[in-house]
Amino acid sequence: MSDSTSDDVAAAPVARPPSTLERLSNRGFTGATRVLTWGVVVLAGYIVWEIGGHALPAIREYGVGFLTGTEWNPNRGEFGILPQIWGTVYSSLLALLMAGFVGLTIAIFLTQGFLPRSLETTFRYIVELLAAVPSVVYGLWGIHVVIPMLRPVADWLHAELSWIPFFSTTLSGPGMFPAALVLAIMILPTVAAVSQDALRAVPHKMKEAVYGIGATRWEAIVKVIVPAAATSIFGAMVLGLGRALGETMALAMLVGNSNQITLSLFSPANTLAAALALNFPEAGRIEAQALMYSAVVLLAITLIVNVIGAAIVTRAAKRLEA
Amino acid sequence: MATSASTVTTTETTIDPEQLKRSWLRPHTFLSGLLSGLTWLIALLACVPLFSLLYMLVVKGGSRLSLAVFTELPPAAFDTGGGFGNAIVGTGVMVGIAALLSVPIGILIAVYLSEFGKQTRIARVARFCIKTLTGMPSILAGVFAYAAVVLLTGGYSAPAGGVALSLLMLPTVVLTAEEALKMVPNAMREAAYGMGCTPTQVVLRVVLPTATAGTMTGVMLAIARASGETAPLLFTALFSDYWITQQGGFALMEPTASLAVLIYNYSGMPFENQVELAWAASLVLVILVMLTNAAGRLISLRQAGMRR
Repeated sequence: MSDSTSDDVAAAPVARPPSTLERLSNRGFTGATRVLTWGVVVLAGYIVWEIGGHALPAIREYGVGFLTGTEWNPNRGEFGILPQIWGTVYSSLLALLMAGFVGLTIAIFLTQGFLPRSLETTFRYIVELLAAVPSVVYGLWGIHVVIPMLRPVADWLHAELSWIPFFSTTLSGPGMFPAALVLAIMILPTVAAVSQDALRAVPHKMKEAVYGIGATRWEAIVKVIVPAAATSIFGAMVLGLGRALGETMALAMLVGNSNQITLSLFSPANTLAAALALNFPEAGRIEAQALMYSAVVLLAITLIVNVIGAAIVTRAAKRLEA
Repeated sequence: MATSASTVTTTETTIDPEQLKRSWLRPHTFLSGLLSGLTWLIALLACVPLFSLLYMLVVKGGSRLSLAVFTELPPAAFDTGGGFGNAIVGTGVMVGIAALLSVPIGILIAVYLSEFGKQTRIARVARFCIKTLTGMPSILAGVFAYAAVVLLTGGYSAPAGGVALSLLMLPTVVLTAEEALKMVPNAMREAAYGMGCTPTQVVLRVVLPTATAGTMTGVMLAIARASGETAPLLFTALFSDYWITQQGGFALMEPTASLAVLIYNYSGMPFENQVELAWAASLVLVILVMLTNAAGRLISLRQAGMRR
């Protein structure tokens, strides 16, 4: 093969300076990529401008009171999204509590030598498969499997322990807890994956040193490895929270679309994203503007949480490298 | 000398060999074992939802699966039978539109980010914007497409759904393509420049072909994600009980059916037939998504194998 190329070179020189046409097309191509890159920045701005622009009449009309109002009544023109903000934050934090605990445990399970290498890879694929299932399928599964399964447990808890605010209502169908549980399953792959990266980034010398002074596996994990990776793990949780805050379909199908602020795990509630999905298709002009306003609020919340999460993860990675 | 040293230690501290053995009665070992057991338990419990989901999909969805569901239109409220052939076509059309928009643009942006303008300020700003777009809730892509396309064209349509989906695909395509381009060894670029290639020729003839596998993986992952998305389609494409081909032509500017929205619409219906169809549609959708996902991963695995 090397013979034939050397023959070609001898026959006609391959290397030659670019022709004018090539120079011009080069300029066009690089220019086009640069314009498109600018285009992304413009697009990001355009998204904010377009949503914000349609929300502007509602922002002028309702102002800050929109964020603290508790009524959503299109017929009387009253709009407030405090219950939706509460539901968004409450469901996401509940989901994060569950997914954080299980996700960190799985990350430890997969990085600290509990399984042989090949099984570790298989198990990782199984957890990643959870991320491939579309959220509407989780919603369907939640309606037909999770809620019927939880109902006897919830009713028993309500009957026995109704003095605890968490159990103050029965689970009549859709509700906060089934929604948060399904949400936890959906963000589990994110939390588990980023925590695994964090635990894997802990320097090997550190582990060897702890095991060398006679620590048991769990003394090493709890006292050295997890604390060393704590910042990145925290970042993983924040990124998981970002995903949970914006998740729409599973919540729209499971949370119950009821604007109320309650600690009860079994009462129906609402979230910003779910309310958008449920009310937008049938909204009139005024309600659509109010919904655009709540979209702006959702955009702001997820943007802030995601930027903070990404910043924590990159900073922690840099510190561990140093 | 060795013997004398050993006698000294044994006489002075008297280590009982039994003491060095692993004993479950010692608190340290016991606690460690207990925690390990709990970890196994939690890890296995975490698999339960996935297997429950897959079981339900196979049992409930599989029992309803037949040729009819692929060829027939959705049934009316009290009807029996029916299918979701139009929804499969609709999903394909909208994901196709989204891919046509996001893949070429995404790859060209990745080329700028990794080849032409690596350290420029615009590249950094664009990278930040793209990462932010990754975290944008999918419902907001729908809200944007509603405001930008539906209100402009005056109606729900397949292109509006496609635009919403392309917004969600773009960040995945750009970020994975940029990574793939970065993996191309610099020596290859230098060799091409040495032959007198223009930067464009280097990118089109050397860098992009070498990075095809990585780029394709990103594209497949983006397509897999987009085909399962529901929220962006709810008020951009809406739903339709009819085929996209009406009166001999493509009715692109009409409301369009999709598998995801069909599942959503039918999931809460009080009719057994519709719920069964929702499960069958879920099975089809999950198989589609997983196959696309697996294809994407296989491409990059094969490439990695070839390098070795």
